[in-house]
Amino acid sequence: MTQLTLKINGQSHSIDADPDMPLLWAIRESVGLTGTKYGCGVAQCGACTVFVAGQPVRSCSMPVSAVGADEITTIEGLKSKEALAVQKAWVKLDVPQCGYCQSGQIMSATSLLELNAKPTDRDIDLAMNGNICRCATYVRIRAAIHDAAKSLEG
Amino acid sequence: MIRLEKSFVATELPRAIARMTVEDATRLSRRSILKTGAAGLALGVYLARGNKAFAQQPPASPVNVAPNTFLIIGSDNTVTVLCKHIEMGQGPFTGMATLVAEELDADWSQMRADHAPSNPGLYKNLAFGVQGTGGSTAIANSFEQMRKVGASARAMLVGAAAAEWNVPAEEITVQNGVIRHSSGKEGRFGEFAEKANQQPLLENPKLKDSSQFRLIGKEGVVKRLDSAAKSNGSAVYTMDINEPGMLTVLIARPPRFGGTVASFDASATKAIPGVVDVKQVPMGVAVYAKGFWAARKGREALKVTWDDSKAEKRGTAQLLSEFRTLSKTPGKIVKQEGAVDAEFAKGGGRIIEAEFVFPYLAHAAMEPLNSYLKWDGEKVVSRFGSQFPTPDMAVIAKVLGVKPENVDLKTILAGGSFGRRAQQTTHIAFELASVAKAIGPGPGVKVVWTREDDMRGGYYRPYAVHKMRGLVRDKKIVAWTDTIVSQSIMKGSPFEAMTMKNGLDSTVYEGSNEIPYDVENFRCDLHQVEIGVPVLWWRSVGHTHTGYAVEAFVDELLDAAGIDPVEGRLALMSKKPRHAGVLKAVAELSNWKNAKLAPGRARGVAVVESFNTFVAQVVELSMTEEGPKVHKVWCAVDCGVAVNPDIIRAQMEGGIGFGLGHILYADIPLEEGRPVSGNFDTYRSLRINEMPEIEVTIVQSTEKPSGVGEPGVPPIGPAVANAIAKLGLTRPRQLPMVPGASV
Ligand code: FES
Ligand code: FES
Repeated sequence: MTQLTLKINGQSHSIDADPDMPLLWAIRESVGLTGTKYGCGVAQCGACTVFVAGQPVRSCSMPVSAVGADEITTIEGLKSKEALAVQKAWVKLDVPQCGYCQSGQIMSATSLLELNAKPTDRDIDLAMNGNICRCATYVRIRAAIHDAAKSLEG
Repeated sequence: MIRLEKSFVATELPRAIARMTVEDATRLSRRSILKTGAAGLALGVYLARGNKAFAQQPPASPVNVAPNTFLIIGSDNTVTVLCKHIEMGQGPFTGMATLVAEELDADWSQMRADHAPSNPGLYKNLAFGVQGTGGSTAIANSFEQMRKVGASARAMLVGAAAAEWNVPAEEITVQNGVIRHSSGKEGRFGEFAEKANQQPLLENPKLKDSSQFRLIGKEGVVKRLDSAAKSNGSAVYTMDINEPGMLTVLIARPPRFGGTVASFDASATKAIPGVVDVKQVPMGVAVYAKGFWAARKGREALKVTWDDSKAEKRGTAQLLSEFRTLSKTPGKIVKQEGAVDAEFAKGGGRIIEAEFVFPYLAHAAMEPLNSYLKWDGEKVVSRFGSQFPTPDMAVIAKVLGVKPENVDLKTILAGGSFGRRAQQTTHIAFELASVAKAIGPGPGVKVVWTREDDMRGGYYRPYAVHKMRGLVRDKKIVAWTDTIVSQSIMKGSPFEAMTMKNGLDSTVYEGSNEIPYDVENFRCDLHQVEIGVPVLWWRSVGHTHTGYAVEAFVDELLDAAGIDPVEGRLALMSKKPRHAGVLKAVAELSNWKNAKLAPGRARGVAVVESFNTFVAQVVELSMTEEGPKVHKVWCAVDCGVAVNPDIIRAQMEGGIGFGLGHILYADIPLEEGRPVSGNFDTYRSLRINEMPEIEVTIVQSTEKPSGVGEPGVPPIGPAVANAIAKLGLTRPRQLPMVPGASV
């Protein structure tokens, strides 16, 4: 067990953890932010997506000790205008069904819009195909990303 | 997700399940659905602690709601509908709230929803007689009930306002949550909620005529109630329960079905920081730890020797060869009409034979299986995505040796199910209670299945073979046989008496015994085989394979007869107007007759009824090196009165994507009895780049509403197969279409 300090959504959290423990469990159990989900544990589904230093990562497959001093952002801490536009579009188009994958979807979609203000369908395919939705809400995910991009135009 | 013979719905089923659950499940009268005891509807009863406190109740704490409540009106004017069906994505929160709000004349913005606590008397599914969700029954069995709840509450609020203002109730109107009198007096629900409790409760309030609906069936007025919480991370699932002192439990389970623990050595496990205890339980060895990671490391360090003497050791290759042998001779007759054998023997025409093979499939809901329970030796609090709370509650009481009324079980949001969270064996509840019992009263336990546990844990869609024979003569299908080989889902379960006739399980053959086509000489027969692999209903149950076999085969026969797939089907549907209705609708939507397709593209069609909902789909696809690429799907659905059009569309979209991913890629092969696929790398799921564009049309209907959670699934597979055949390629007869697909 090691003492670690994680910076999550602008707050510092001191935790005592096995250095090999995936970041996911530190976020969910040590810190108690449960919006980030466990779906596969092997970087296949994207349900655990968070930002580390602004980059989307699969927190189930990143050891907590590898994060260092980098700032972590979870679904609970999203603030960028892109993120808010994405969340708004998600609600407007009623994207979620069971909802369990949607935190991860929203993290990936936010990251896409932060890099690319006007994604094409192909851009969306590339950015989003690491996120599985077993309810197959993909039609609406795509539509909501376009809708969010449009709302950001002006 | 269980299909019930209609005649059983009203009688045998409630009795049978009541016997195995709580004695009084069926004793309560129809009246009690609206009123139990003196409190009547809980209008305003929960004013003080209602509203926010209720909605944000921590999931693992008891809920302070009297067990006689279908809706709670808060002093802040919020109307919270207690939903007796589990919200697992299919939309019952929104659906139930729509029905109540319609008759209550509430404003949509004041509506909320939560799960009802476990109370089989009040919250029973009227189709089952106990509390439970399945068979796409939620809207169908609540359509009238929840409207009556809304209408009664409205009458009580109006009565209270009339008394307060001293005016006749008839002069009062209600609109968008505002109660008004012609004198100019007006008020909102919250103001009258408390006093409304003194008003008499109408048992049979007058319901609106459908022409007066302003929410039911209307576009754009109703939004899902759970979208915001599911878009900001605040929605709480079982996986998210994190009570102080709680232990996370992972179970080492036998690698083969039917295996048991011979011996185990937990010394290395116990040395792992965070591991608290290790116990043998009926289903394996349980590792109790502070958190998932310690439990997982602890389980990895465990040394278990398994006794496989009673385990199922056959692999799927062996099963297939056994199934094939069986399929060469007819099984027990399910349905027979005309003189099939004589017709085939007569000669003339063309005989077409086809064998269809369907693999084991896992439900693999996004949230792996899990459950939570805390007890003090007497009282039990349990929370999980229970799809059958009544039997689950009973089994928990039995294992822990407590009174059923001391089990406070509440269903909470489930991250998908597709049938998996309802089991005829209640094994999830049994396991949870066994794990709690093994360590004794005190700390809460959260049992978590890893993705691999979930995928290798059985309860699969059964393996199935259909051997079909058809005779086409003079451009007509004159004879049809279908010999099915598969495993029973219901045998040995409490549902056996209701779903099995002559020892044959209707969930295995449903859809194959009654095809929508006029074929004079017909036989459907079944070899029901015993296999030691636990199987379960899987989104649309038998129709997952019967729909494919029937629709791919009829297409092949029509093709042999040289008849257009749509025209040919319609010509054979003389007794099936609703099948014909959706088929015509989808043909029109897709411009079937006149569409000009790009080179390399082809279209296929299929129509399947399941759970009394009729769905037809047309796909357009092309072939790539990696397999079929579906570009677009047109879908027509007839589910009776459409309550929430947008949820119907969403369920069709989701059903299509779910069905498509599985027919293309999904397979749980067994090697010497051990399931091979363990995660999404080998059990490949559909991804966004493989999702087709989808257009849905809802056929207007005045029939009773029927469900939409499952019926979107069956047609997509055969529609894809039929389109592939149109490209001049072999119609896929063994699923998945892209075998060995991994990511
Ligand atoms: S849980 Fe991390 S990618 Fe699936
Ligand atoms: S909404 Fe259920 S998995 Fe995506």
